[in-house]
Amino acid sequence: MDADLIVQILFAAIKTGTPLLFIALGEVICEKSGVLNLGQEGMMLMGAVVGFLAAYGSGNMGFGILAAMAMGSIMSLIFAVLVLHIGANQVATGLALTIFGTGLSAFIGADFVGQTIQGFQPIAIPLLSDIPYVGRILFSHDILVYFSFFMTALLVYVVNKTRIGLTLKAVGENPHAANAIGIKVLRVRYLSVMFGGAMAGTAGAYMSLVYTPMWVEGMTAGRGWIALALVVFASWRVGRIMLGAYLFGLASIMHLVLQGLGWSISPNLLAMLPYVATVLVMVIIGADHFKEKLLAPRSLGKPFNPRNMA
Amino acid sequence: MKFKSLLVGLGLLAGASAALAEDPLKVGFVYVGPVGDLGWSYEHDLGRKGLEEFFGDKVETTFVENVPEGADAERVITQLAKAGNDLIFTTSFGFMNPTIKVAKRFPNVTFEHATGYKRSKNVGTYVLRTYEGRYVSGTAAGMMTKTDTIGYIGSFPIPEVIRDINSTFMAAKSVNPNVKMKIVWVNSWYDPGKETDAANALMDQGVDVLIQHTDSPAPLIAAEKRGLRAIGQASDMSQFAPEAHMFSVRDNWSPYYINIAKAVMEKTWAPKDYWGGFSDEILTIESINPNLPEAVKAKINSTFAAIKSGELKPFTGPIKDNKGNLVVAAGHSLTDVELAQVNWYVEGITDEIPH
Repeated sequence: MDADLIVQILFAAIKTGTPLLFIALGEVICEKSGVLNLGQEGMMLMGAVVGFLAAYGSGNMGFGILAAMAMGSIMSLIFAVLVLHIGANQVATGLALTIFGTGLSAFIGADFVGQTIQGFQPIAIPLLSDIPYVGRILFSHDILVYFSFFMTALLVYVVNKTRIGLTLKAVGENPHAANAIGIKVLRVRYLSVMFGGAMAGTAGAYMSLVYTPMWVEGMTAGRGWIALALVVFASWRVGRIMLGAYLFGLASIMHLVLQGLGWSISPNLLAMLPYVATVLVMVIIGADHFKEKLLAPRSLGKPFNPRNMA
Repeated sequence: MKFKSLLVGLGLLAGASAALAEDPLKVGFVYVGPVGDLGWSYEHDLGRKGLEEFFGDKVETTFVENVPEGADAERVITQLAKAGNDLIFTTSFGFMNPTIKVAKRFPNVTFEHATGYKRSKNVGTYVLRTYEGRYVSGTAAGMMTKTDTIGYIGSFPIPEVIRDINSTFMAAKSVNPNVKMKIVWVNSWYDPGKETDAANALMDQGVDVLIQHTDSPAPLIAAEKRGLRAIGQASDMSQFAPEAHMFSVRDNWSPYYINIAKAVMEKTWAPKDYWGGFSDEILTIESINPNLPEAVKAKINSTFAAIKSGELKPFTGPIKDNKGNLVVAAGHSLTDVELAQVNWYVEGITDEIPH
């Protein structure tokens, strides 16, 4: 392996990790507010199909991304109403959302399978992209990748340094205490869930507009599940999610790279990864002492009903 | 049933096949991908449409797309048989065992399975000589590569794919003794995301001509983005990569589907192992890109003509495998039965066949 190849592999890892980064950033905010949404895959697929249709119909890529974000938020709003208002079980509702989104997206997109659009062209950032190695790896991507950099930085700042971040954490750690000091717990949770939906929609749009500029049924191929595992991997710290996303991105292209170099690893083993990780998430959510260690929001997955306060 | 065939007999006496028109032949198709894949399943569906066009209301066709290879396939094939189809085409290698199983339960239905090797009383098989197309692809790729490295995106390590990999490499080697080939398996027939990753991984490693044994145009799109070259698979994929596209090897199924439907109508059908290629025009070369050098264009045409006339048979010995064993004796050309069992890589391919 020479330096050029390593640069290419890292470049590809960032591209592959970007949809994971978007969706995991959304999920971590959602989980920090204490809500577990397993509907990532469904929201992402809906975002992918609606984003594709909007961009295909209008010829405007930006419009495609906005439509995907809106669609993701609408999907998550359905989820939010069910779990926050009606008090439905979060795990079951999230799974239902995934199945619903998978089916509906296939139905909506059926007539558009195989159509292609001209995806985003990469933009090399002046000066920065001239830095040897690093410039090629980090600063010669398309605009959505830069947007993911920006969102990561923004969220690190907001969560750790601002009043909004504090409010979010208070709601996720102890909703009753937050309620007592006058924070509108449900409103914070609604907004967090919908932010998660918008990011999942963006991740979907990245798949159908940038990564492979076409729509195919089930094209997200389990990335929503990987994102759930990523949040645990990052122990709910926003900055670490970026690292995790690129690591998972690297893992998912590495077996292809190694095959080309003449190695052989069973791709079936790698295909299992997201599901193993999902099981892990469920275990951790079930066990309280794990949560302490991993800094999971203490009220994660637990419903909050202000009227039940004694 | 007897009364019906009596009527048919009378009808035939009265005037050819007029009586058949009243009772259309029902034909079902099972596709592994979406008809919109613009590759393998898309071409089978064009074949189905060609069948309808040819026979008009004497046939009635239905299809089920996106059928996973496995237990689900058995359910879908059973459903088609139960729905009264007289003839069912199952169009992917992985439908082999389900087809044989269902055929046993519906002895009056005729089944035709693409690319498999198991037959029975009511199951015939049909195979494309895709290796003929690969030989043309390999020849052109060998001439076009500047890095002396061509890439092959494989689906599953089944005999058809192994055969085609060998054919591609032997052809490339015949025009470029220094050529190397990198092979990447994506374990899917249709996964544009995976195919893009594989294409990029290959191009990162110096591959400048891509050949794909998967069905989406994603590798062509990836090659176009990087200013490199690729060859279209199963259907004419020129629209996806105006610059990168060299030519497409197209599957043209309708002549076969028409022949089989005719045989079933006339009750002359028998289970056969059909192999179709350039000479039957079941396989064709489409849309040779005008931007190719003249010498390459000429070589594509002459290689195509030589295979079509039977003058060039890609698997003619002496051929050694990559472990040094003589697998095809000098002067011998592999028979169809032997072609179906190719499970070695030719000399010069440095990989191992995954299991």
